[in-house]
Amino acid sequence: MKKLFLILTAVIILLTACGEKKSDAASEELAKKEKMAKLFGLTVFELDNGIGPVKEKLTLGPVDTKIVETGKKIFDIKCAQCHKLDERYTGPAQRDLVKRRTPEYIMNMILNPVDMVAKHPEAKKMFAQYPTQMTFQNVTYEDARNLLEYFRSLNNK
Amino acid sequence: MKKKNLIIVLVAVFGLSAILYNCSNSGSSDNFSDAASKVYVAPGTHDEFYAFMSGGFSGQVSVYGLPSGRLFKVISVFSQNPETGYGYSEESKPLLNTSLGFIPWDDAHHPVLSKTNGEQDGKWLFINGNNTPRVARIDLSTFETVETIEIPNSAGNHGSPFVTENTEYVVASTRFSVPVPQKDVPISSYKENFKGTISYIKVDKNSGDMNLAFQIVVPGFNYDLAHSGKGPSHDWSFFTSYNSEQANTLLEVNASQNDKDFIAAVNWKQAEKYAAEGKGKRISAEYCDNNYDENAHKATTKKLNDVLVLNPKDCPGMIYYIPIPKSPHGVDVDPSGEYIVGGGKLAAVIPVHSFSKMIKAIESKDFVGEIDGIPILKYESVIAGEVQNPGLGPLHTEFDGNGYAYTSAFLSSEIVKWKLGTWEVVDRIPAYYSIGHLMIPGGDSKKPWGKYVVALNKITKDRYLPTGPELTQSAQLIDISGDKMKLLLDFPTVGEPHYAQAIPADMLEKNSKKIYALEKNKNPFSIHGEKEARVTRSGNEVHVYLSATRSHFKPDNIEGIKVGDKVYFHITNLEQDWDIPHGFTIKGLNNAEMLIMPGQTKSVLWTPTKEGIYPFYCTDFCSALHQEMQGYVRVSSASSQTKLIFN
Repeated sequence: MKKLFLILTAVIILLTACGEKKSDAASEELAKKEKMAKLFGLTVFELDNGIGPVKEKLTLGPVDTKIVETGKKIFDIKCAQCHKLDERYTGPAQRDLVKRRTPEYIMNMILNPVDMVAKHPEAKKMFAQYPTQMTFQNVTYEDARNLLEYFRSLNNK
Repeated sequence: MKKKNLIIVLVAVFGLSAILYNCSNSGSSDNFSDAASKVYVAPGTHDEFYAFMSGGFSGQVSVYGLPSGRLFKVISVFSQNPETGYGYSEESKPLLNTSLGFIPWDDAHHPVLSKTNGEQDGKWLFINGNNTPRVARIDLSTFETVETIEIPNSAGNHGSPFVTENTEYVVASTRFSVPVPQKDVPISSYKENFKGTISYIKVDKNSGDMNLAFQIVVPGFNYDLAHSGKGPSHDWSFFTSYNSEQANTLLEVNASQNDKDFIAAVNWKQAEKYAAEGKGKRISAEYCDNNYDENAHKATTKKLNDVLVLNPKDCPGMIYYIPIPKSPHGVDVDPSGEYIVGGGKLAAVIPVHSFSKMIKAIESKDFVGEIDGIPILKYESVIAGEVQNPGLGPLHTEFDGNGYAYTSAFLSSEIVKWKLGTWEVVDRIPAYYSIGHLMIPGGDSKKPWGKYVVALNKITKDRYLPTGPELTQSAQLIDISGDKMKLLLDFPTVGEPHYAQAIPADMLEKNSKKIYALEKNKNPFSIHGEKEARVTRSGNEVHVYLSATRSHFKPDNIEGIKVGDKVYFHITNLEQDWDIPHGFTIKGLNNAEMLIMPGQTKSVLWTPTKEGIYPFYCTDFCSALHQEMQGYVRVSSASSQTKLIFN
């Protein structure tokens, strides 16, 4: 019993010590996120970047025009029946998508929409506003990456 | 004293009746409460087997789960189905084409699963159309009909579509003999002009594509049922025949005169060789082979004009007759491939023939006669044993893989279990009522799953709540895992369940397709994305390229349609999500509803007859905003100048 108490104390001291290294505002933000993530049973990464096959931050260079076209083609065939760029349709307008969401979130939402709507607070919010479940449109990881590039290109202009 | 006696008697009577009441009560309820747990498949969990049952006169195949008896799907095969648009949509219509034109119905009899090495392989299901002779092939990843082939020189395609050991061939034999080739002759010239045919349809190993390889012309008996050999009997198929009397009227009496009819044993390997050597003759024969292309979502009809015919007189060693008692029906080959069991409707025994004895009898030319070049083997030289007292009207036999055979007896309405080799009856159980076929999962293969037998009954009488004069037909699930057969469950069937086959669920479940990929959709009227949605006119033909997605159509306002136009709606479901079909109909559509699967395109013809506004809508509840999924078509007079516009 005494041992346990000692260990706990040590852990608490260590944790506090870690926190002290960061600025107050950042740590407050993180604490808020941690609380939120915990509430929804997610990790902080998932809270920012969605739940799905993309599990770490992507390294993105400048917009790759070569794959933008492919992404646009996929968008027209598989997404455009629900999403316009500048107007509300079955789903939200998408021109400003990269301003609203992280690249990883965008890909996870494309690749894992049902799970996202069931578990992620942001996706849940959208579902309440647009009462049609976003569907997985039988796209590959690469397709989703190409779509992301298309969305990035829209904000270059 | 008297009073006392009376009381004693009363108490005794009461006590006894209480005991009796309890006995009978506990007897039945305990029995079935045990049975209930054996057929209970908990909500959200899956059955152990898929069972494919013929829909008989419904022309379709129904898919049930065993042991629950739950119905999952009715596969449209030989009959139009306004529920899905099968046989009404432009894409599916060709599947019902024959040399006699578009035939929207048939009498579906025997579902048979494809096999490799004599075991079920889960690739395809075949079923015969009896009336306008056809065989259909169903793809077991989509559970849809993908091919229908017509059998020329045939009438009543009953002995079909039993497959050879590796699905090299699907067979088809004629129940009704007719002139070959067809011609206008007096019916009384039966013996002279009427012939039977036994057809072998080659099945492509990879694609499943069926092609009529050759037909054997045989004497004009009624060829009834068939089964192909396995193991040692791999090269052979067996066909029962009745009406060896060749009667053409009142067959009920006139075809029951002879003591014995025949099983035709065909060495198809030998026939194949003769066909390759040019021993056959190509004769003209019109028939259709209709194929459905899954990527084009569209069937096409190929018209064929001739067929290769083999005559037993020119092809020694290709076919023999084995005598069999009185008017046989089923013929079944045991898992080892050695025993050939015939079911004689009017026979007092079940004759079991031996394949090895048959080969010896052929080698030693142990013949008792010959009909049209077909040697008749001596019954005594081929018989392995006779099952005595098998019940009245034995029809069909299936096997459990543990050395037992199960035969349905139609007249005495029961299943009789007997032992291969000793031929002794070991158990029997009543069927309610008038059992025809019976089925054990894999029960005609080298590897049966001998857990259940399903009785397929023609008559139900008092078994269910009555529904007027027309009552359901039914199946009964019987546990055969113990020494005694035990009835577990009754369940109603779609149409008449002639035959059925079942396969373990895990062999199919994993292959079941969820959607059709949009990028593979090569339908000439498909659209790839909403951008391509449009309306075009050429003369009085209008094509509406319509997209469907949750929860709108595009376009959804169309003007400039005129009375008398032929309006084709080509609906593409742009969804790629499992179990999200969309439906389509428009007011006054005198055709059928279209049910369009994710990624699929279907086309339906509408010919408006009156001016006005016609709403169209999605008929399959698809989303919270399903009720909003609608549109309008404006129909103007034939002479109007209304411009063709759409949004």
